[in-house]
Amino acid sequence: MSDDDAIPARREFLRKSLTLIPVVTLASTGLGAQAFAQTPGDKPAAAAVPMPAGDYTPSFFTPQEWAFVVAACDRLIPADHVGPGAVELGVPEFLDRHLQTPYANGAIWYMQGPFIEAPAEFGYQGRLNLRELIRIGIKAMDASCQKQFAGKVFAELSHGDQETLLKAAEGGKLELDGISSKTFFSNLLNEVRNGYFADPSYGGNKHMGAWKMIGYPGMRADYMDWITVRDKPYPLPPVDLSGKRG
Amino acid sequence: MANAKAKVDAVIVGMGWTGAILAKELTDAGLHVVVLERGADRDTQPDFAYPKVVDELEGSVHRRYLQSLGQETVTVRHNLTSTAVPYRQMGSFKPGTGVGGAGSHWSGCHFRALPEDFKLRSNVEQRYGKSFIPSDMSIQDFPVSYEDLEPHFDHFEYVCGTSGKAGIILGAKQAGGNPFEGSRSREFPLGPNPNYLGAEMFYGAAREMGWDPYPIPASNASAPYVNPYGCQMGPCNACGFCSDYGCLNYSKASPNISILPVLRQRKNFELRTHAQVLKVNLDSDGKKATGVTYLDAQGREVEQQADLVLLCAFSLYNVHLMLLSGIGKPYDPQTGQGTIGRNYSYQNLNRVVLFFDKNVQANQFIGIGGAGTTMDNLNGNQLDNGKAGFVGGGIIWARQPGAGPVRGINVPPGTPNWGTAWKQAASDSFRHSFYFEVQGACMSYQQHYLSLDPTYKDAFGRPLLRMTFDWHDNEVKASQFLVSKAMEMSKILNPTALAGDAKKPGEHYNITKYQSTHTCGGAIMGSDPKTSALNRYLQSWDVHNVFAIGANAFPQNNGYNPTGMVGALAYWSAKAIREQYLKNPGPLVQA
Repeated sequence: MSDDDAIPARREFLRKSLTLIPVVTLASTGLGAQAFAQTPGDKPAAAAVPMPAGDYTPSFFTPQEWAFVVAACDRLIPADHVGPGAVELGVPEFLDRHLQTPYANGAIWYMQGPFIEAPAEFGYQGRLNLRELIRIGIKAMDASCQKQFAGKVFAELSHGDQETLLKAAEGGKLELDGISSKTFFSNLLNEVRNGYFADPSYGGNKHMGAWKMIGYPGMRADYMDWITVRDKPYPLPPVDLSGKRG
Repeated sequence: MANAKAKVDAVIVGMGWTGAILAKELTDAGLHVVVLERGADRDTQPDFAYPKVVDELEGSVHRRYLQSLGQETVTVRHNLTSTAVPYRQMGSFKPGTGVGGAGSHWSGCHFRALPEDFKLRSNVEQRYGKSFIPSDMSIQDFPVSYEDLEPHFDHFEYVCGTSGKAGIILGAKQAGGNPFEGSRSREFPLGPNPNYLGAEMFYGAAREMGWDPYPIPASNASAPYVNPYGCQMGPCNACGFCSDYGCLNYSKASPNISILPVLRQRKNFELRTHAQVLKVNLDSDGKKATGVTYLDAQGREVEQQADLVLLCAFSLYNVHLMLLSGIGKPYDPQTGQGTIGRNYSYQNLNRVVLFFDKNVQANQFIGIGGAGTTMDNLNGNQLDNGKAGFVGGGIIWARQPGAGPVRGINVPPGTPNWGTAWKQAASDSFRHSFYFEVQGACMSYQQHYLSLDPTYKDAFGRPLLRMTFDWHDNEVKASQFLVSKAMEMSKILNPTALAGDAKKPGEHYNITKYQSTHTCGGAIMGSDPKTSALNRYLQSWDVHNVFAIGANAFPQNNGYNPTGMVGALAYWSAKAIREQYLKNPGPLVQA
C-alpha cells in the first residue's frame, strides 16, 4: 500500500501536506516540536503526516491521540489514484466529534455486567464503550510502538511499519496492554469508514468526496424515474443533507 | 400502588402492527382501549420527514428508529449447558420501539404462508414418514388452516396496499403470480412495483433453472392508494431507505400511516407513550388478569386495570412479559413440561452476492423495501424434502431495499478490508453488484427455547429474557442446499465474481451479524394446552383474558417473512374477541 507514494496525485498531495506541517500540523495537533525533533527530518522512511482538512481543532482527542488518528486514517483509507483519502476528507474531525456523542458513550449498548468472555459469535462482551475502546486502544497501541520502535509512537513510524502493525492488530496478533488489538482495530476501522461515508455534516466526507468516488447520489432519495434504466450510468451528482450538490 | 388509573375495557401492550389492529377492531366494537407504548410517539411528520430521515449514520449506526439495548435486551447461549451472555450491540435481529414498532422500520415484504405450512408436522409425516422428523424437532401443526385465515390475509393486504400479482384466485391459476400459493379471494390491491436490474435478471435466470419467478408481494405502494380505513398512500419513489427507517413518502404501509390516522381521531382510544409495562397483574388465584403495571415517562409506577389484556409487543417481549407475570408454566427443556418459552425459532437467511463490470448498472442505492422477484419451487410441497434431506423449504429472491455506503458495500471475496485495494473494490462494486438471498424456514427443537436469565437484568431490575438457540444440522443442510441452488442460478448471469455464505457443518449462531428480525415462537398457538401457550385464537390457555398476538404464536417458522401472517392472526384473534369473547368472557377453546 505504500507503493501509492509513487502515484503522482499522491505525491502531490503529500508534498503539499509536508509543506504545511510546520505551519499547521504542529499547531493543531499540539504534538510538540520535540516529538518531531526526535524524528530525523531527512529520514526518507519516516511517515509523512498529511494535513487534516479544514482548520478543525480537536476537542476530544489529546495531541498524541490526534496524531495517531490522523496517521491511522491515512493508512486505512489512503489518498491514491482511486480517490480521496480519509484525512483530506476530514475523518479525524468526524472521529473527534463522533466519540463525543451519546452513541459512543454506550447509549444504545447493553453495558451491564457481569462481563464474561464468550466465543466470537457473541460479539463484543467487554465493559468499555466505544469512546473508551478507541482512547484506550490508541494509548495501548502507541505504548506498544514505543517499546518496539525505540520510543517512537505510531504516528512517527514509516508507512510500511504502520501497515504491518495495523494488519497485526486486525488479525488480533498484536499484544496490547488491557485491550484486544482485534477489538480495537475493528471498532476503529468501522468508525473510519462511517466517517468517510457519512453525511458531510458529521465532519468527514468533505465535499461528498467519498460519495463521488463510489458514485453514490447521497441523499437524493428519489429514483422513481431511474428504476428501470439499464443502458446508462446514473447521471446526477450527490446531494447532502443540507441540500448542497457535489 | 401510588397511581391507579380508572379501569378500561382493554389495555394493549405495544403500538406496532398487532396493537394497532387490535385497537382498531376493539374500538370499532365500542370498547374503551388504552395502548401503552414503551417508546416515543412517531409519525411521518415530523419523525420520518425528508431529509432528516435519510441519514445513514443516524438510522443505521445510531439506530434512531430501533430499540435501544441500553434499557432492555436478551441474553443468548447456544445450548443448555453454557452460560448466556447479553446481546449487547444490535446485530442478528432488530426489534423496534416507539409508535409503529418494527412495523415502521420493516422493508415491506408481505407474504401469506402456504396452506401446507399450517400443517407442517402432519404433512411431513404423511409425505416422508414419522421417522423423517429428527427426534428433537418439536414442530407442530398450526391450530388454524389457510382457509380460516384467508379473509384476514386478504383484509390485511388491503389495509397495507400490498403490491403484487396473484397466482391463484378462487382456484384459477393466474399468469405471472406464484402458481403454488394458496387460493386468494381476489387480486392484490395494487399491481407489482417496477423491477430494478437484479429483480429483472432473476426472472431470466430462474426461468432457465425451470422455476416460476413472481413479484414479491410488497407493502410498498406501486400507485396512489386509499385503504379501507380511508388512509392514503403515495407511490413509492424508490428512495432506498426502508429497512431501519420510517417511510418519508407515505408509501410503505405501517401502523403509523395505515391505521393510526383513524385511531387517533377516536374518543375511546388512548395512546400513552413512554409507558414501560413491567408486568401483567393477575388476580389471587392467577386465573384472570386484572390489568398491568407500567412505569410512566418519569418512572412512576402506574397501575392500569382492564378487563382484557392484549400483549402486542415484539414477539420476544410478549414471551418475556408472560414469564415475568406468571402467565402459564415456564417451559423446561429437560422434562418437556411447561409451555411458556417453548418452540423458539428464527429464520435461516443466507446471501449470494453477484459482482459485475461497469457496464452493468445495478444501482443498489435505488430501493423499494419489499419489492423484487422470488420463486417457490424449493418451498412447501414443491421441494422433495426426502431427496434434499431436511425438513422445511425456503425461497430465493432478488430484493433491493436500498443500500448506502454506511450500511456497507459488498466487495468480492478476498478483498482486504482497508487500503487502496479495498477502496478500489468498493468503488468498482457499489453501483455494479447486487445480491440474491435465500430465506429458509427454521424448525423448532426441544432444546431451543426462551426463559428468564438467572444473572442479567434490564434497566427496570427485571431478569432479561434468555434465548437458547443454535443452528441445527437440519438448518445447516437446508442452507447448503438452498445456497447451492442460488449459486447455480447466479452463475447463469455470468458475474465477474460471486460470493455465497452457506452455513458450514457445526457453524454456530452468530449474534453479531444482521440476518433477520423474524424471531418466532416462545408462546405458541396450538390445540393442546400441554404443548402450547395459546389456543387457536391466541388466547392464553391459562389466563383467559390475556391474548398474546404476534410471531410468538408460530410453532415454527416457514420460508416467508412473518408480517402477513402476523397481521392475519391479529385480525383472526380480534374477530374471535369481538364475536365470541365479549359476549361470554372465558376460554374460547375448552382444554
